[in-house]
Amino acid sequence: MKQNIVISTKNLTKRFGSFTAVDEISFDVFEGEIFGFLGANGAGKTTAMRMLCGLSLPTSGNASVAGFDVYRKTEKIKRNIGYMSQKFSLYEDLTILENVKFFGGIYGMTKASIKTKSEELLVQLGLEKEATKLVGSLPLGWKQKLAFSVAIFHDPKIVFLDEPTGGVDPVTRRQFWDLIYDASEKGITVFVTTHYMDEAEYCNRISMMVDGKIAALDSPKQLKKTYEVNTMDDVFYHLARGAERTSD
Amino acid sequence: MRTLIFLLQKEFRQIFRDKTILRLIIAMPIIQLLVMPLAADYEIKNINISIVDHDRSAFSQKLVSKIVASGYFKLADYGNSFEEGFRLMEKNKADLVLEIPADFEKQIIRENTQKLFVAVNAINGTKAMVGSTYLGNIISDFNQNLRTEILPPSKTSNSPQIEIVSSNWFNRFLNYPVFMVPGILVILVSMVGAFMCALNIVKEKEVGTIEQINVTPIRKHHFILGKLIPFWIIGMFVFSIGLFLVSRVVYGIVPEGSILVLYSFLSIYLLAVLGLGLIISTYSNTQQQAMSLAFFFMMIFVLMGGLFTSVDSMPEWSQWIARLNPVTYFIEVMRMVIMKGSGFNEIKNHMIIITGFAIFFNTWAIINYKKTS
Repeated sequence: MKQNIVISTKNLTKRFGSFTAVDEISFDVFEGEIFGFLGANGAGKTTAMRMLCGLSLPTSGNASVAGFDVYRKTEKIKRNIGYMSQKFSLYEDLTILENVKFFGGIYGMTKASIKTKSEELLVQLGLEKEATKLVGSLPLGWKQKLAFSVAIFHDPKIVFLDEPTGGVDPVTRRQFWDLIYDASEKGITVFVTTHYMDEAEYCNRISMMVDGKIAALDSPKQLKKTYEVNTMDDVFYHLARGAERTSD
Repeated sequence: MRTLIFLLQKEFRQIFRDKTILRLIIAMPIIQLLVMPLAADYEIKNINISIVDHDRSAFSQKLVSKIVASGYFKLADYGNSFEEGFRLMEKNKADLVLEIPADFEKQIIRENTQKLFVAVNAINGTKAMVGSTYLGNIISDFNQNLRTEILPPSKTSNSPQIEIVSSNWFNRFLNYPVFMVPGILVILVSMVGAFMCALNIVKEKEVGTIEQINVTPIRKHHFILGKLIPFWIIGMFVFSIGLFLVSRVVYGIVPEGSILVLYSFLSIYLLAVLGLGLIISTYSNTQQQAMSLAFFFMMIFVLMGGLFTSVDSMPEWSQWIARLNPVTYFIEVMRMVIMKGSGFNEIKNHMIIITGFAIFFNTWAIINYKKTS
């Protein structure tokens, strides 16, 4: 089966002064897959993701996202992606509905589609009664789910999730992954960083970053086979043991 | 255009939801304009005087009551030992000591001359200077009266006297609020514009929402306009409260010149200070940094803008700094329009310069605001 490539990087590098955060990484992500981007703290996951989102310019190497170059077409990229950062970044002093409408609006969605889609969204999250509550008053797990729904509200081709489930309980994490699967079924490519190894199992393919480089890239099943271990945890230990950078 | 409307809607919702900011916007101009002009008064009153009267005659009594009746002096002590008077000055309870010698009355009548001794506490230089000048005037006035009252006319008219009669133009009664209120209003509007806008953007950086904005296809100038317009409107609003509610109702200041001239200048001026706020926001990552920068500019605004001290009497190098301060121009324009009734023609140069500032600051801010680092 020939799959379309939606993200492609070749020797992508980012240096901050003498520190090389991302060191010549090359990989492809296919349309519709859930691509896990794993690594210890400080391995360079967020930096790599920020380059792909057009938030940060690479020092060298090439990359294209949704067919657009990360140096020159950052604004085109931004039209085609959704992004959920590590830090919760919806407006806490706006209500759920106001946040949804605001982000829908600045992506240029029509009034009618904002209306129907926001109703769907509230039903899906079970937040119909909370629609006019300030986002700041919601529990963290709900905030995360809402942030994800807002990130894919404008039907992007790709959604980038930076440690989306940090700090939430296992039940909520499970529900969160249900949302990710729903999005994936709709054809949205999911690019997710995490350091929960159980979550790694949910991905179609994962790449393991160590010290700014990609140490391994394959499906979870294949990785376990390659390293002759039973769990993703062991794969992680096996690869991360050689890391020189201490966690931040 | 549609994006801009969404941005403005969001901005206004947030501002109106923040009750502290809202109260600040309404209360700040009223309170500051009510308090500051009355406190920041150049006219020196309440000068504490200690009078040492060795004479205790009808004349000396008359002089003392004349001094006290002037309204500028407060009698801190009335005694007959200079040491006592001087001690009060050491304790900072007296700003001036006036010593009336024994035989004060006798000497005047007999010999038509007399000497008084005044000691001045120069720690508060202005107060001392002004105090001794007032005292000098009172004494010479007293002297005049005395001469005409008790001395034969032949003796008084032996020297020609030149009397100076002055009249104060543009502020006939040297009414200090008329001078101060327009200036303070300018400072207020500048603070609201520049610093509230800067803090607002930096808050988005701190909370992380700006990253979510930067990853959307919002255009840079839309985002910046979305921040500028609300604070421009707030600035206009604060100015109007100050001009119509406080200075007209409380101080009875009615601008001599046209309101239209004032508002045209204000609208451009606000763009300039908002631009400065934007620059501050692009250079700071935390609200703390922004506050420190804002404080730095605030001091320059207040001290180098001609609010308290006239720009013309500054040393040349600091006149240059004042000329680079947008506040200077607006304070001048305010005073010109409100007190002198100047029109567009008289403030043309100010208008051109402030437009320059607005373009310069905003261009700088737009260049320096980066969606991609």
